[in-house]
Amino acid sequence: MTNADKNRLKDKAFQVFGVFCTFIGLVVLAIFLVDIIIEGVSRIDWDFLTNLPSRRASRAGILTAWAGTLWILLLTSIIAFPLGIAAGVYLEEYSKKTKLANFLEVNIANLAGVPSIIYGLLGMEIFGRVLGLGGSLLSGALTLSLLILPIIIVTTREALKAVPRSIRDASYALGASKWQTTWFQVLPASFGGILTGIILALSRAVGEAAPLIVIGALAYVPFVPTSPTDEFTVLPIQIFNWTSRPQADFLVNAAAAIIILLLITFILNGIAVYLRNKWQSKVKW
Amino acid sequence: MRVQERIIEGLLWLSAVITILITAAIIWVLLSQSISFFSEVSIMDFLTDDEWTPLFAQKHFGILPLVTGTLLTTAIAIAVALPVGLTIAVYLNEYAPGRFKKTVKPLLEILATIPTVVYGFFALTVVTPFLQTIIPNLAGFNSLSAGIVMGIMIIPMISSLSEDAISAVPRSLREAAYGMGSTRLQTAFGVMVPAASSGIVVSVILAISRAVGETMIVAIAAGQQPRLTLNPLVPIETITTYIVQVSLGDVPHGSLEYKTIFAAGITLFIFTFALNNLSFWVKKKYQEKYD
Repeated sequence: MTNADKNRLKDKAFQVFGVFCTFIGLVVLAIFLVDIIIEGVSRIDWDFLTNLPSRRASRAGILTAWAGTLWILLLTSIIAFPLGIAAGVYLEEYSKKTKLANFLEVNIANLAGVPSIIYGLLGMEIFGRVLGLGGSLLSGALTLSLLILPIIIVTTREALKAVPRSIRDASYALGASKWQTTWFQVLPASFGGILTGIILALSRAVGEAAPLIVIGALAYVPFVPTSPTDEFTVLPIQIFNWTSRPQADFLVNAAAAIIILLLITFILNGIAVYLRNKWQSKVKW
Repeated sequence: MRVQERIIEGLLWLSAVITILITAAIIWVLLSQSISFFSEVSIMDFLTDDEWTPLFAQKHFGILPLVTGTLLTTAIAIAVALPVGLTIAVYLNEYAPGRFKKTVKPLLEILATIPTVVYGFFALTVVTPFLQTIIPNLAGFNSLSAGIVMGIMIIPMISSLSEDAISAVPRSLREAAYGMGSTRLQTAFGVMVPAASSGIVVSVILAISRAVGETMIVAIAAGQQPRLTLNPLVPIETITTYIVQVSLGDVPHGSLEYKTIFAAGITLFIFTFALNNLSFWVKKKYQEKYD
């Protein structure tokens, strides 16, 4: 066999290996989803969705967990969106190339890399102790808001960057001020991109358990929270709790709750992908 | 009108500056509690003692077992994710037809959107029992299956960042390699991967940082037994798991046990902070410049 033949053979071999590696992730994903569905789907019924947590696996439901998850999503949105979008707008439209702007940029990149559990420590001390919110919904939402802030800022900036200069120039030429240009032209034009980022950030928040465990969210909450100062639990914490129990029945419950959590995550991500595609094909400058 | 514009600009500025306050607050919280911890425990003990038993009667405060636990799971995760992720990046760039790439890439990215608590469940209920059929003396909690599953989670991170780096290499380099008669494999690993190496290194550093800070997978599947070992078959404890463990208990605020989670937290923060800055530095310093 000549060298060229050998090289061609190696090339083919790598091609096979490449296909194998690409599918390995997908196969694992498929095995995993099928396993979860087989294990959990029979447990999902109306009672499972509307029952309170219980010591008996067959009676335990996820009402408090998904109610807590919805609360957290709502509060986190209210806190994080205005803040993140405002910061993104400032950095992209207003800030000049100063040392501070540079530092802000490096700092946001760093914040994005801080492990979520560290945000939990921050939230527990600042919101839980200093502000006296304890392990309440508000405390949790504030913590998650800080966690997803870098994602929102970065995607907002990307979306604003995609708006062409000419739109701004046209607006200025008509005598609009900087803010009028931003508010009436640039933000609407970049709305799709911003929304995509926001939904991705939310889908990240919905799966977080670690920071909420640290701030003191409880696994067992016998009531549906009715105000932001109530204690709470969320689906990921409920799943974690059931997973760490020795009885096999609770693992079935965990699988069932995972199906619900994955549904929420996939729906959020699906919306984000849909919006991105729709926006990309619609907007042509 | 001008006043209003000023106020708005001020508010926007404030929102941006809050991000600096967040960093300051993180550092302040970690430092203030750790300083008070280190006034009771000597920093030498913390760094050299080989036992971590703050919750026992006989207290030892050596962070090493937690650090080795963290590094062990991280190493296993990278050992899984780097070869697979890099191969995927090369394959999708050099071999795969465009349409295949377009379908597979978003599918792979689903892996990164699955909540980590779900991965933990997967490691505990699927991967560990499976591995136990191959390795009979594998403990129910171990760093091997936690690490493998964490690796699977990280694959899309490495493959997609590396792929960006490889596709940023100019076509002329690839064509030059083909012009010399190279096969696709030779072109990929002889020309494209070296040319994209800084981007690939950045992706790996970020993946390491992610693995070091990952919590729920290890908290569910790796165990809660701090021990100084590199054996992947036995239960261990990572820094993040320890913080979760203490948070779930009822350790009184202000006690020494309570402060240990901040000492552990600042160790974790220093690791990830250093890694993130290293990746930033590599990106800046070795940014490929082609003409």
